[in-house]
Amino acid sequence: MKVHLTRRYMIAASHRLHSDKLSDADNRETYGKCNNPHGHGHNYVIEVTVSGQVNPRTGMVCNLADLDECFRREVMDRFDHQDLNTRHEFAAQVPTTENFAVVIYDILKREFHGAHLEKVRIEETANNSFEFCGLAQLS
Amino acid sequence: MIHLTRKCEFSASHYYHNPEFTPEENQRIFGKCANLNGHGHNYTLEVTVKGEVDPTTGFVVDLKRLKDILNDEVVEAMDHRHLNKEVPEFANQIPTTENIAVAIWNRLSSKLCTAKLHRVRVYETPDLFVDYYGEQ
Repeated sequence: MKVHLTRRYMIAASHRLHSDKLSDADNRETYGKCNNPHGHGHNYVIEVTVSGQVNPRTGMVCNLADLDECFRREVMDRFDHQDLNTRHEFAAQVPTTENFAVVIYDILKREFHGAHLEKVRIEETANNSFEFCGLAQLS
Repeated sequence: MIHLTRKCEFSASHYYHNPEFTPEENQRIFGKCANLNGHGHNYTLEVTVKGEVDPTTGFVVDLKRLKDILNDEVVEAMDHRHLNKEVPEFANQIPTTENIAVAIWNRLSSKLCTAKLHRVRVYETPDLFVDYYGEQ
């Protein structure tokens, strides 16, 4: 009886899309407004989907309190109300929401052991969303 | 193959309690949800069916028929009810969102004729939902 459970969280953070591998003109051409030198921010909505068998004793795939605590400790405390560009996770990559989804997926894969991590989906705005299901899904 | 999703809502109360656990275990595992006086949610149910489009009607499923099934099997059974006390599936299992999704799947899957049940999604709140795709 495999069930998927999805929890939504919200964090606020700023970023600037700028690649050191591109010229200033190419950065402006590629990233447009997102290349503004002073950065800008979003309310990111992060959906975490886990899956597993329903434990017959608890009726749960995993204890939601454990997932909430892991997310708070490993994601919220790192990124909420931060400038993503200053975080070491983005020292060598542009903090696009694509890369942000991969970073959060990798963190939760490493730190959360209560159920199988299926997917991290991020809504950067109500009109843009990005999801990462791990490398296995790409092959 | 077309997927069609129909939504409906129901409001119900429940609590989480396993009689095999000690009071301390129930409290530790289920937290506020262990309050035996219960609490409630506005649940949103999304039912997705799949099938080929009937060339005569252009339908994958008769929506009126689907709506009636949802009304009979879910809304009538669960809306404005106490899940632990009034819904037979939860006499011996805890009405977590996981178990609610599975129970709804089991109620619906045999009732559908033309289209096949693909997914049952139950939102307990806008920030928490469960998907069940049947036995895989």
